[in-house]
Amino acid sequence: MNLNFLEFEQPIAELEAKIEELRLVGDDNEINIGEEISRLQSRSRELTEQIFKSLTPWQISQLARHPQRPYTLDYIHHLFTDFEELHGDRAYADDPAIVGGVARLDGRPLLVIGHQKGRDTREKVRRNFGMPRPEGYRKALRLMELAERFRLPVLTFIDTPGAYPGVGAEERGQSEAIARNLLVMSQLRTPIISTVIGEGGSGGALAIGVCDRLQMLQYATYSVISPEGCASILWKSADKAPDAAAAMGLTAERLHELGLVDRIVAEPLGGAHRDVERTVANLRDSLSETLDRLCDEPLDRLLEKRYQRYIGYGRYNA
Amino acid sequence: MNWFSKLLPSRIRTQGGDKKAVPEGLWEKCGSCGAVLYRADLERNQRVCPKCQFHMRIGARQRLDGFLDPDGREELGGEITPHDFLKFRDSQKYRDRLTQAQKKTDESDALIVMAGRVEGVPVVACAFEFAFMGGSMGSVVGERFVRAADHAATHGMPLICFSASGGARMQEALFSLMQMAKTSAAIARLRRKGIPFISVLTDPTMGGVSASLAMLGDLNIAEPGALIGFAGPRVIEQTVRETLPEGFQRSEFLLEHGAIDAIIDRRELRQRLASLLSILLHRRHHAPVAPSLESPA
Repeated sequence: MNLNFLEFEQPIAELEAKIEELRLVGDDNEINIGEEISRLQSRSRELTEQIFKSLTPWQISQLARHPQRPYTLDYIHHLFTDFEELHGDRAYADDPAIVGGVARLDGRPLLVIGHQKGRDTREKVRRNFGMPRPEGYRKALRLMELAERFRLPVLTFIDTPGAYPGVGAEERGQSEAIARNLLVMSQLRTPIISTVIGEGGSGGALAIGVCDRLQMLQYATYSVISPEGCASILWKSADKAPDAAAAMGLTAERLHELGLVDRIVAEPLGGAHRDVERTVANLRDSLSETLDRLCDEPLDRLLEKRYQRYIGYGRYNA
Repeated sequence: MNWFSKLLPSRIRTQGGDKKAVPEGLWEKCGSCGAVLYRADLERNQRVCPKCQFHMRIGARQRLDGFLDPDGREELGGEITPHDFLKFRDSQKYRDRLTQAQKKTDESDALIVMAGRVEGVPVVACAFEFAFMGGSMGSVVGERFVRAADHAATHGMPLICFSASGGARMQEALFSLMQMAKTSAAIARLRRKGIPFISVLTDPTMGGVSASLAMLGDLNIAEPGALIGFAGPRVIEQTVRETLPEGFQRSEFLLEHGAIDAIIDRRELRQRLASLLSILLHRRHHAPVAPSLESPA
């Protein structure tokens, strides 16, 4: 099994392996196999299109966690110039599971914050698999207040399985750290745009996700609990995660239908990691356009709209 | 049936069965010290064990009933009721779970809001009903909380919330997550208006409720021994693969780590919160209307 491909992508992986083999043979062979290669390539494309046309919510959950998926720092380096990372919560520590700093998007100064996962084992551990501790949320809060003082719009990138469930995290007030961010972000006097780039895991995601505009990459997910967690509580079995993923409607498409997400940013065929430049270009377009619109709006009106947006969430009989 | 009763002739056995005629639930065992308590005494003591001071869980309505002055109460937001808009179905339909919870508790959802007075001080008080789907927060809980905050803001009355909840209600998926932001935004507005919000954390206050409204009080007060935290102890144990220290995530642990202002015995809450509110509101001090029934050891 090719680990660069997910289980449901294995037919594509097999074709790609064949193409690779032919290429190697082609170097020292007279027969023209270029034709065969291009035939296989177009087949691979068709197959990918076919598979990606009807992905299940569970398959999308797996894509959202794909080990090759671009992470916050990848987007930061591709999208922005003059990025300067700013560390620490000024109280306890610097949490590498959240990164933040000032930067420019097409010359426009702004502040960016995002969850950060690690690529190799060592970095995964250092970044705690993108699961922040309270000091991570407090760093984010400190940076947001900095942005407010210097009138910098805030962009956040969401990509976490959730806030870290550990002893130290509880001792240092994980709940309070998240709650305070929700409260402060609801009235932060500067525009906020949040983008879910991978996993939007529960309160740990929302803690940097209260915003004026919420967008999601096409194959990102956002949910109140992980499909595994939901399955093990409600179905009493983590094996039911695919059912839980479907029931919770955690995909960008479904959440857009429900009016919880403002915009879906398209990903290239096969997902963001298959063509990072394309993904970045799409993201740049939507961020620039949204920033233009939000920065034009008088601040008081923006804040009133943000308040109404959150107060309006919920479906009930009355 | 044990071996002894099997030996008895059936006629005598039937007579022995008469014991069942004693009304069920006249006695209740303390979950902490195991003392067998006369239920009427226990209720009179606000469900605090008179032997070991263990604070048993208490229903939302009973809680508000004991907390507010008897006169001039008005329930708010009762007309807001749940609706299974996602047609959520796990091993059971959400709709059926709602119906069961409603039958079991006689409440339409997990938060009850009342305007009233505490020792003469006008307040809006709300309480989570833990027996209703684990006190989980969905759209109705969020909306009722916001109505409570709005009422408090409009009338310049302080807001008090007794939380008891496992967290967000999974059956409402992302909508329930958004209730965290919704309730926090309402509290932010109260703060700007200078209206006090007192959060009383009771057993248990976990997950999305603790990571939003429950930790955002101007004062965070806990009852003794309440389990309070973000992640559940079992999840943490599975993550860190070690047994958790004694008293982990209990009120006393939170007090020690600086997360809450004070721990107050349930039987003193009414009087002490009234006094605290009078100070925050610059009201003249007045003596408690009725002395508490039993002071704790």
